[in-house]
Amino acid sequence: MRTEKVMGSGQKKESLAAEVRSLFVSNIRDYAMYIALAVIFLIFTITTKGLFISSRNLINLVNQTGYVAVLAIGMTLILIIKHIDLSIGFVAGFLGAVAAILLSNGWNVWLVIPTVLACGVLVGVYQGFLVTKIQVPAFVTTLAGMFMFRGLLSMVTAGTGTIIVRDRVFLQLSNGYIPDLPWGANFDFHLLTMLVGIGLVAAMIFSQVRHRQSLIRYQFKTNSPTIFAVKQVALSVIIMVITWIMASYRGIPWTAVIVTVVLLIYNFVLTKTRFGRHVYAIGGNAEAAELSGIKVNRVTFLVFSSMGLMAALAGMLYTSRLASATPTAGLGFELDAIASSYIGGVSVGGGVGRVTNTIIGALVIMSLTNGMNLLGVDISFQYVVKGAIFVLAVAFDITTRKRAKA
Amino acid sequence: MTKDYILEMRNITKEFPGVKALDGVTFEVQRGEIHCLVGENGAGKSTLMKVLSGVYPHGSYDGEIVLSGETQAFRHISDSERQGIAIIYQELALFPELPIYENIYVGHEIMKGYVIDWNEIKVEAAKLLKRVGLNIDPNTKIKDLGVGQQQLVEIAKALSKQVDLLILDEPTAALNEEDSANLLDLLRELKSQGVTCILISHKLKEIVAVADTITVLRDGTVVTSLDARERKVSEQEIIKHMVGREIENIYPARDVTVGDVAFEVKDWTVVDPASGREILHNVNLNVRKGEVVGLAGLMGAGRTELALSLFGNVPGYDIRSGEMTLNGKRMAFKHPADAIENGMAYVTEDRKGNGLVLIQDVKFNITLPALEKLVDRVVVDDNEEIKVANDYRESFDIRTQSVEVKVNTLSGGNQQKTSLAKWLFAEPSVLILDEPTRGIDVGAKFEIYSLMNQLVAEGISIIMISSELLEVIGMSDRIYIMSEGTITGEIDAKDATEEKIMAMATKTVEEAV
Repeated sequence: MRTEKVMGSGQKKESLAAEVRSLFVSNIRDYAMYIALAVIFLIFTITTKGLFISSRNLINLVNQTGYVAVLAIGMTLILIIKHIDLSIGFVAGFLGAVAAILLSNGWNVWLVIPTVLACGVLVGVYQGFLVTKIQVPAFVTTLAGMFMFRGLLSMVTAGTGTIIVRDRVFLQLSNGYIPDLPWGANFDFHLLTMLVGIGLVAAMIFSQVRHRQSLIRYQFKTNSPTIFAVKQVALSVIIMVITWIMASYRGIPWTAVIVTVVLLIYNFVLTKTRFGRHVYAIGGNAEAAELSGIKVNRVTFLVFSSMGLMAALAGMLYTSRLASATPTAGLGFELDAIASSYIGGVSVGGGVGRVTNTIIGALVIMSLTNGMNLLGVDISFQYVVKGAIFVLAVAFDITTRKRAKA
Repeated sequence: MTKDYILEMRNITKEFPGVKALDGVTFEVQRGEIHCLVGENGAGKSTLMKVLSGVYPHGSYDGEIVLSGETQAFRHISDSERQGIAIIYQELALFPELPIYENIYVGHEIMKGYVIDWNEIKVEAAKLLKRVGLNIDPNTKIKDLGVGQQQLVEIAKALSKQVDLLILDEPTAALNEEDSANLLDLLRELKSQGVTCILISHKLKEIVAVADTITVLRDGTVVTSLDARERKVSEQEIIKHMVGREIENIYPARDVTVGDVAFEVKDWTVVDPASGREILHNVNLNVRKGEVVGLAGLMGAGRTELALSLFGNVPGYDIRSGEMTLNGKRMAFKHPADAIENGMAYVTEDRKGNGLVLIQDVKFNITLPALEKLVDRVVVDDNEEIKVANDYRESFDIRTQSVEVKVNTLSGGNQQKTSLAKWLFAEPSVLILDEPTRGIDVGAKFEIYSLMNQLVAEGISIIMISSELLEVIGMSDRIYIMSEGTITGEIDAKDATEEKIMAMATKTVEEAV
């Protein structure tokens, strides 16, 4: 959507067209992802006669994407440093069940959430220990974890079967919306949501302008003012459209808030801190990283711990969404998370990837699930479609990278 | 005069980005001779052989290859093998876990219908082993053989392919005297059986002993071709042709007053836990403030292992004994991070393998070892980073459009300058350079040497590991020579000659002790 706009205005002037072309060529990987998402949205909107694009369904999509997005963010780091974690599906399932059990035993929800998150970190610590200290390959460590946590999930749900969750606060996690301001009742939309949207647009434009100014001050290459402006307008429109969709329904879902916070933290750590640099350096060349004084084992250990934390969070989001813990919760989550990361541009060779793009990857995967569910497509066929999209994305990624090198 | 040429390479020119590796080389080999190819590292010997064998396919170079009168256009190494050319590289290409017979016939197994005829292979392998003078059971695994024996297996493998033209790239570099002598005898034996042989070697004594013809390459061109059958060619004559240019021009002079001992290693003994072998034995060395100490030796002498074991011991060697002192303090580094923190830096010999993060840009690489210098509380200051990187780009003359260019697009010399910049950003007091000019062109070498001079003038101590003897002699104040994990000699650079260093570098442990 955004790309078409940029292309349209580029035809006016020759030099502008050239700039757009070079922008397009150098960012083809990212743009392809947005285009894919737009095409998926378009196809489902048409085939479901508009049902897909309805506020209700889009909010549903956000809630559905939440747990996968959280897992995919953790997985992105794992994949950047050239490891893998196959256990997270059942780790999430198991920890979700643990949360349900603790709640049904009368624990306070504000005690349950940190306890389960801590359990997630413990799982990550255990797997990180095996991978770094004992040097068991991550594939083996986490495959074993997949077995064990699947078993543990079955064990804790064996007596009762499905465990129902009734705690109101906990259910809000994946089914609730942020409250409105006291005087919001005077409007026929969710006032706080609109204000947040407007605030976001303002913050985005402010930070973009500041970034551009610093680029100019250091005399680095910048886009032409036209393209810069078009980009800001396009992004603002997109944010406002999304805001309006949410505001005209029931406001911002708590899931969106949680995912955004996680995303902002991880994006900050990866792009702005030393730890983030070390992650990319290890993925790019672990030996060189080690000889540059980076403690590869320590970073790897932390990345696995963070993965455990994210698995715990995802498990609780999923349990909250279903309002229950089931013996099959978590089945295949790791595949969605891995696929989201790769579709979002994590390189199969390691060392490359952004959590912000992983979120788009997660949206692609979950839009497919959501849309096909609306159409009543058989679940077996859904797997085939998702697998095909996944392998296409990676094949495209590899070919564009090869061309960039030549 | 009509000579019977098995091989004529005419006017071969091969260019890499930024470097002309071969420039109009014409190289002719007569049938049944031992033809030696000599030249400094980087003179183009290996490139020429890669052109011949098809590693660089036809079309990627200019010129013509004529084999026994027929023009050839090899697209792949298998094309040249089919024409009876076999090449044996410095780094052996054997499978350590497989037995000898399987290694000899891998890739061209003797078939009976659709299955491999293992019995026939074993019988033939035994015959070949006899021919190369290796009296050993063909069922033995490669990993149980010595380096010299492995070399012979490589030759047996070449012979199994009905080879007419055998190319050996520094076959004796890692061999001791006895194994080397055996190998040379074998070459003479093969010659009498009609096999033509091209021998690439740095060991001039051997060349003088076996060569029929000696071709000298320098900077990608043929300097001369000497007929050693007509008259005896001396080592001095070869060296004169190899070096050719004024040495003073290649190694810039420096005027630095050498200070106190900055770094010292005593009785350093290290065991590789994987093999249980002692890889370093009682190594003692020191370097003074403002001094360049050369560390010479043959491939496998243990120089890189020494550097790695000192610099935080990444390979996880078992350090049995020894102590190191840096700026007056005793040190024991558990990780390169400790070494860096205490002012030590190590520029690896393999900048692509373990030196640089190739998929990242110049600034990322330069700031990596000392990123904390750019951190404001927790955030890395991107703008400051670009400034720092740009400063190094200018002062080191790293030729790139911007510091945001990926390192894998730079030429070897510019990559090496990036490696150096990276380590100088960490502000070391002792800098270990491992083969600092490997694979870069003469101009870039000169720049690296000038940088080294500038650094010692600022009070940094440099330990330079190098296999280029002329470089060691030209750049060092003092030279240590290593062989088989021990220091076999120490010599002042003023008194050093290639011959003296080579004599010490080929000493075996028994001789040294």
